[in-house]
Amino acid sequence: MGVVFSEGLVDFMEKIKQLEMVGISKSFHGIPANDDIHLTINSGEILGLLGENGAGKTTLMNILYGLYQPDSGQIKINGQRVKIRTPQESMAVGIGMVHQHFALIQPHSAVENIVLGYQHAPLFFPQKKIRDDVLAFSKKFNFDIDLNKQVWQLSAGEQQRVEIIKALFNGADLLILDEPTSVLTPQETQDLFVILNRMKQEGHLIILISHKLDEITELCDRVTVLQKGRIVGHADTKDVDKRALARMMIGRDVIFNIEREEIPRSEKVLSVTNLVVKGDKGISMVKGITFDIHKNEIFGIAGVSGNGQRELVEAITGLRKSESGEVRISGTDITNQPPDKIYNKGISHVPEERIKFGIAPGLYLYENAILKQQRSDKFSSRMFLAYKGIKEHARSLVDAFQVATPSIFIQTKNLSGGNIQKLILGREIDGKPPVLVASHPTYGLDVGATEYLRKQLLQRRKEGGAILLVSEDLEEISELCDRIAVIFQGQFMGILEADDPNIKDIGLMMAGTLQL
Amino acid sequence: MVRIKVTDRESISRKRSVMTLIVSLIAGITAMGLIFLMSGANPFYAIFKIFSGSFGSRYGIMETITKAIPLILIGSGLAVAYRAKFWNIGAEGQLLAGAIAGTWVGLNWGPHLPSYLIVPLMFIFGFAGGAFWGAIPAILKIRYSVNEVISTLMLNYICAEILTFLIVGPWKGKTKFGYPYTDDLPASAILSTISGTRIHYVTLLLGIFTVIILGIVIYKTRFGYEVRVIGENTHAAHYAGINFFKATVIIMVISGGVAGMAGIGEVAGLHHYLLYPGSVSSGYGFTAIIVAWLAKLNPFFVILSGLFFAGILVGGDAIQISLGLPAATVQVFNGTLLVFLIMGDYFLKNKVTLKWAKD
Repeated sequence: MGVVFSEGLVDFMEKIKQLEMVGISKSFHGIPANDDIHLTINSGEILGLLGENGAGKTTLMNILYGLYQPDSGQIKINGQRVKIRTPQESMAVGIGMVHQHFALIQPHSAVENIVLGYQHAPLFFPQKKIRDDVLAFSKKFNFDIDLNKQVWQLSAGEQQRVEIIKALFNGADLLILDEPTSVLTPQETQDLFVILNRMKQEGHLIILISHKLDEITELCDRVTVLQKGRIVGHADTKDVDKRALARMMIGRDVIFNIEREEIPRSEKVLSVTNLVVKGDKGISMVKGITFDIHKNEIFGIAGVSGNGQRELVEAITGLRKSESGEVRISGTDITNQPPDKIYNKGISHVPEERIKFGIAPGLYLYENAILKQQRSDKFSSRMFLAYKGIKEHARSLVDAFQVATPSIFIQTKNLSGGNIQKLILGREIDGKPPVLVASHPTYGLDVGATEYLRKQLLQRRKEGGAILLVSEDLEEISELCDRIAVIFQGQFMGILEADDPNIKDIGLMMAGTLQL
Repeated sequence: MVRIKVTDRESISRKRSVMTLIVSLIAGITAMGLIFLMSGANPFYAIFKIFSGSFGSRYGIMETITKAIPLILIGSGLAVAYRAKFWNIGAEGQLLAGAIAGTWVGLNWGPHLPSYLIVPLMFIFGFAGGAFWGAIPAILKIRYSVNEVISTLMLNYICAEILTFLIVGPWKGKTKFGYPYTDDLPASAILSTISGTRIHYVTLLLGIFTVIILGIVIYKTRFGYEVRVIGENTHAAHYAGINFFKATVIIMVISGGVAGMAGIGEVAGLHHYLLYPGSVSSGYGFTAIIVAWLAKLNPFFVILSGLFFAGILVGGDAIQISLGLPAATVQVFNGTLLVFLIMGDYFLKNKVTLKWAKD
């Protein structure tokens, strides 16, 4: 297997030249997640695994990584059947996986994290003995990263590289990457592709889970499309265009360029003036930001995560106190008011990390349908909640916003991410609030749900809503927004009209090298 | 080699939760049987004795109800606190604080007031005393991030020492021949009992009333909704504009307050004067923790689980006498049951499969 980096640590396992999954089926509670899946990948190849959320991509890869056991079917390496029952066994045969959410210990250095997962590390002083090996190894692959830094000091892209080194160092021939670009800047994405192409040339096998068509067509040699647990198509990426792939993935045509009608901007609704907000570490994360949003306008904030977007949104919605500056809605000062007051003044909020902030996971769907509105007269009389009305409201939200659920009496945590997000969005915009603040509303959602949510945002715009959209997805920002502000280290690098010719340089602005 | 695989259960049916509960109780009682066996007693006889002692005779049943009174009161309050994930293990102290405040009212105002005034006043002050003692850790937690497990536990000892100080010092009774007790409460302040039993029915009715109120609070009111949101996800609670400070203090005022009512109920209904802290509380504050969990934090079920544990306490007294086992046996029994209930909960939430592998 794997890479030999010093004497005595050689493993005699054969290198993976070909991996086959034959007839893999797996169901949960009688619902098939994978149904008779066959796929093959050869050395020096990048295979894209494309599909909507819930299509079974991650389940399939978790089977390969030993997290799940298939109900039937087998895995073959170089023609020989192997049993993979745990991630340890998976690593031992040369398979590594980089999850969407990194599994790194934040206060430890990168090199310590790599050594921690290393199977052949000696019991005493492991990092000392292996540090040099790790450093030499990362140099060989040209990973440009200071491995002695602590993980929390690294950017998302750097953390991802640490994960990749960790897998390779453990001898991974086959690397599985689950939605690897969802946290990266355009530049970091390009860097990642360079690394992956180099690995490919070295004879590695790479499986890329994604629902972004661009990166599949750009990076992969072949693509396998899953839909509802079944394979619905294989293709060589050079023979297929994006539209055909999209149709394969969701079984119908998707409108990729959503129509955004021209609507003239009318009066100002939300005004933010010289806002300064401190982050959790006591450092100013928002350093004097000023902007207005008008009726019938979607105002986008583009930028890499961690440049003050969260603090800005939290200050506007009342979740965090600002140090100075002002937030006004239609002229009324709402600076540093509590979140329920601000909500009542007409600012609703689709929070980032929908499960962490947006719902109480153990409560029923209908109970989550009124979160934050529990004090409104509509759903409570004096001390009591009007459960009858609440249930009716929940049913109408489920219908109006296409939340796929067996009933409103299920614990909300059992819904899929897309359906939770539809519920949250529905809850937030059903009352037609003047202002909607949406943070990463389509993050991690499949194409179908994404399209739906974007259309709903445009609908709100048409109805006269003022929308603040924070997103890392440039495609989303450029499709939806009337104006785009680029945030870098707590300041706007510029505010662009949607048709501004400078929009092509937005990547440079996100990286802080260009200010307009 | 055996492989153990643990996966989350996605949905839990009612039937499964009931079965898990029954299996956990049977397993716990079986484990207790082994302990009886080791201490030389016939386990079947001992366990039979426990349940026949508590539920097998009129006297037993009446005693069980008597002991269930404080357990139901405290348990329903703890259920509210635990719903919000506020780990109040200070019900002992809150009970004593209520006993102190209520007794003060009884001793000082009792001689001048008729029963129908002094009894409600004692319970109001008992509630206030427990509420005050419960609010302290709530404020400490929200304002200064003091872990409530530590603060509530420590406040138990502080309150016990205050009580001891009072009964050996300023409140020491003139009629008690130098014993560290207060004087008897005046007749108007003593709760009457169902004849031939020790059941002080005023407190019992108060307990049932509390259960109903708290059940409605949890499941029907806006406040109960907010408590459940806090317990599920503090981030979401913040997002929903729930005032943590206010909510947490109210939760602990309720939880401490009902424990305080249990405290003054014990003094006015059973002891009739204030005595050593251990005798006033009899460990009800701790036993009620198990009562609340066995009831799955549902105030209505607290009535059943309260009776069950009261039965074990009474049965424990019975086997002390008939089998000559040490008094601590009951505590071992309670502890063992709690361990098995917690284990049962783990198996309810997770699916554990064993696989025999050949190598």
